Amino acid sequence: MVVALGSITLVCSALLGVMHEVTASPIEAAAKAKTQNAIAAVLPEFDSLSELKTCEYGSYYLASKDGEPVGVAVNSKSSGFGGNIKLMVGFHMDGRICNSQVLEHAETPGLGAKCTEESFAAQFRGFDPAVKKLSVSKDGGDVDAITASTITSRAYCVAVENAVKVFNTVVKEESSNE
Amino acid sequence: MSKLNLITKGFVKDNPTFVLLLGMCPTLATTTSAINGMSMGLATTFVLILSNMAISAIARFIPDKVRIPSYIVVIATFVTLLQFVMQAYVPSVYDTLGLFIPLIVVNCIVLGRAEAFANKNSVFDSALDGIGVGLGFTVSLTVLGLVREALGSGSAFGWKFMPGDGVLVFVLAPGAFLALAYLLVLFRKFIAKQ
Repeated sequence: MVVALGSITLVCSALLGVMHEVTASPIEAAAKAKTQNAIAAVLPEFDSLSELKTCEYGSYYLASKDGEPVGVAVNSKSSGFGGNIKLMVGFHMDGRICNSQVLEHAETPGLGAKCTEESFAAQFRGFDPAVKKLSVSKDGGDVDAITASTITSRAYCVAVENAVKVFNTVVKEESSNE
Repeated sequence: MSKLNLITKGFVKDNPTFVLLLGMCPTLATTTSAINGMSMGLATTFVLILSNMAISAIARFIPDKVRIPSYIVVIATFVTLLQFVMQAYVPSVYDTLGLFIPLIVVNCIVLGRAEAFANKNSVFDSALDGIGVGLGFTVSLTVLGLVREALGSGSAFGWKFMPGDGVLVFVLAPGAFLALAYLLVLFRKFIAKQ
């Protein structure tokens, strides 16, 4: 009895170990490609990208073109209706939001999940947090919430707001370095 | 039982979703669209075929007392292998289904076929049984997903045939129960008359 169960688990775990070795690098590559695509989608054109850096509010990538910084891509998250919403938010160096993309979410399909759709995400493109207010119109802000999904829309705004904080810290640090 | 019968019985007579009512958790959770239902069905079929074959090959070496834990270990191994492979080579499918893949382990269909069929039949017959029941499950999930997607989002396999939103409740959890119940009635009334 012990021998049978023992040998089955031994064979199975050996099989899993081998398979993990085989697939580990493709899995890592796939995850990396996903991040790279998200960064490319949220930033203006760039030719070199820094490693992932961290500051007190979160982590970010610095992008530059011909040696000049052109944008910052910030990893940001907040808690939505069904779990964490993770965003990648890209900024122009003047502080305007270039674009944002949802990396991960667990919102209700058909309702909150619409935050991944163009009609909602488009309003953040070119959004200048210095001029407009980053909250839903119900709370006196300048973002139109998704119908029947105010919590998701608020969470999205909070995540973008966090990204703005990161961006401001980064700009301050970079300028003090010079 | 003829070889062909082994495959076809999974579609009507022993249909896992509409007749045996097994594996309700993935059935209700993943059928928000036809594509999701089909992917879940195919993933389960893959595990079912392999676990059926493996279990029928080793069944006679396993003492009766530890057979259920042994089957679960075998099934869990195949599910984890599938998860690794999907994560590595089809990350987009993994993004939608990832959460539900581990659930295949506790899907009663897989353990049910191991216990009811694979441990007393030949490897070849068990493979056919896995194909039949797996495809029956896939077709059922696809149909259920199609109905929910059509009513809930006005599209079929992602192709939109109706502007705007449909009856949203069908994409949400209560709609899963409703749609399943309607289909169950229709299936029993017209296809699997008893």
